[in-house]
Amino acid sequence: MRDFIYHAPTTIDEALALLDEHGEDARPIAGGTAMVNLMKQNMVLADHLVSLGKLPGLRGVSQTDGSLHIGALTRHREVELSPEVQAHSPLLAEAYSRVATVRIRNMATVGGGLTHADPAQDPPPSLMVLDAHVVLTSSKGTRELPVKDLFVDYYESALEPGELLTELVVPQSPKGAKTVYLKFLPRTEDDYATVSVAALATVENGVCQEIRVALGAVAPTPIRATAVEAALQGQQVTPDAVRAAAEAVADQVDPLTDFRGSDDYKRDMAVVFTRRALEQVLGLTS
Amino acid sequence: MTTADALYTVNMTINGQPHQIQVPARRTLVDMLRYDLDMTGTKETCSVGVCGACTVLIDGEIAASCITLAVQADGADITTIEGVANGEALHPLQQSFIDHGGFQCGICTSGQIVAAKSLLDSNPSPTEDEVKEWMMGNLCRCTGYYQIIESILKASK
Repeated sequence: MRDFIYHAPTTIDEALALLDEHGEDARPIAGGTAMVNLMKQNMVLADHLVSLGKLPGLRGVSQTDGSLHIGALTRHREVELSPEVQAHSPLLAEAYSRVATVRIRNMATVGGGLTHADPAQDPPPSLMVLDAHVVLTSSKGTRELPVKDLFVDYYESALEPGELLTELVVPQSPKGAKTVYLKFLPRTEDDYATVSVAALATVENGVCQEIRVALGAVAPTPIRATAVEAALQGQQVTPDAVRAAAEAVADQVDPLTDFRGSDDYKRDMAVVFTRRALEQVLGLTS
Repeated sequence: MTTADALYTVNMTINGQPHQIQVPARRTLVDMLRYDLDMTGTKETCSVGVCGACTVLIDGEIAASCITLAVQADGADITTIEGVANGEALHPLQQSFIDHGGFQCGICTSGQIVAAKSLLDSNPSPTEDEVKEWMMGNLCRCTGYYQIIESILKASK
């Protein structure tokens, strides 16, 4: 690892001023599980590292107006074990519990994970079907961004220079919604997903009312499976309709061939796991 | 003005003892333990936070010291394998690893025992499945997983 200057600001204003001052020469670091690895491999060459670890008020879970507010420095493990998260959005607790190992979840932060923008991460598909948004803070103020718009490309987020992700906000799910997160792991339990699918649905009198589906690890960013959703919205739920809708995901994915499988294999598995997820949230299987 | 090769003063409690250490910003916690403090019980193996050999407790929770910067741990309470025994008296987990063959080539053992201690401290009577889930991130290239799981279960209440 190259030498760099380390800053440990104790207020958000101080951290933002450091990011403004050093521009592209500075990178923020929170838990470090991604950043230290990238720096060890010289994939990030930062002259200044701005540690967010001592910033107050960014760690913990609270609720306002029915929405969950999760501070950016909250650890993955804390989200997974939070009774508030488990009661409000069990899908989210499940998604965070599937990341790597306990050791990594103790270290990795919600904000760091999301801004790392690795398309194979577990939380984003679930956050997308939950219609979550993030709060971005810079010296110019704050703005909100839906999680679905947070990812731009492989390892590239929509954050502007000088912006920090400070909060994740998760609204209440529609009444009676069923949710599921499926993670295809042909290798080891602590691996990144080969294909992952999150889904949320409501069904009334056998008709699909609300349907949201998102996938990870099958494109440069996590994606909403809009073609699948369009095929089911307002339709009678039948095994044939679900099978046909799942097929529509094949044209939406753009996977890479790597050691987890070929692009064709992942495309096939995206269809299979989308179908299984749909069957669960639409009540076709237990 | 601070330069990139500056040394930083970090204060931490390691195995109950206060330490003040000067480190460059790029020093990882495992390197600080091994090279600055000569505490070589903690091993670095995969160097990317996957294998669990470098496991230490940071403020009571298991963490990968190979992807933690020493400066990030400023002010923290650290427990390493050197802090597990009580003087010359082995921790029950250490004795159990010896008795049941969990201690093999030794490279992964420090991390296995620190991780297992953290489990038993919060859950003194884990099921076999709970042990497997918790220890999933501690790899053993000798593949002695059955003996490791048995060692932990025999040391549990």
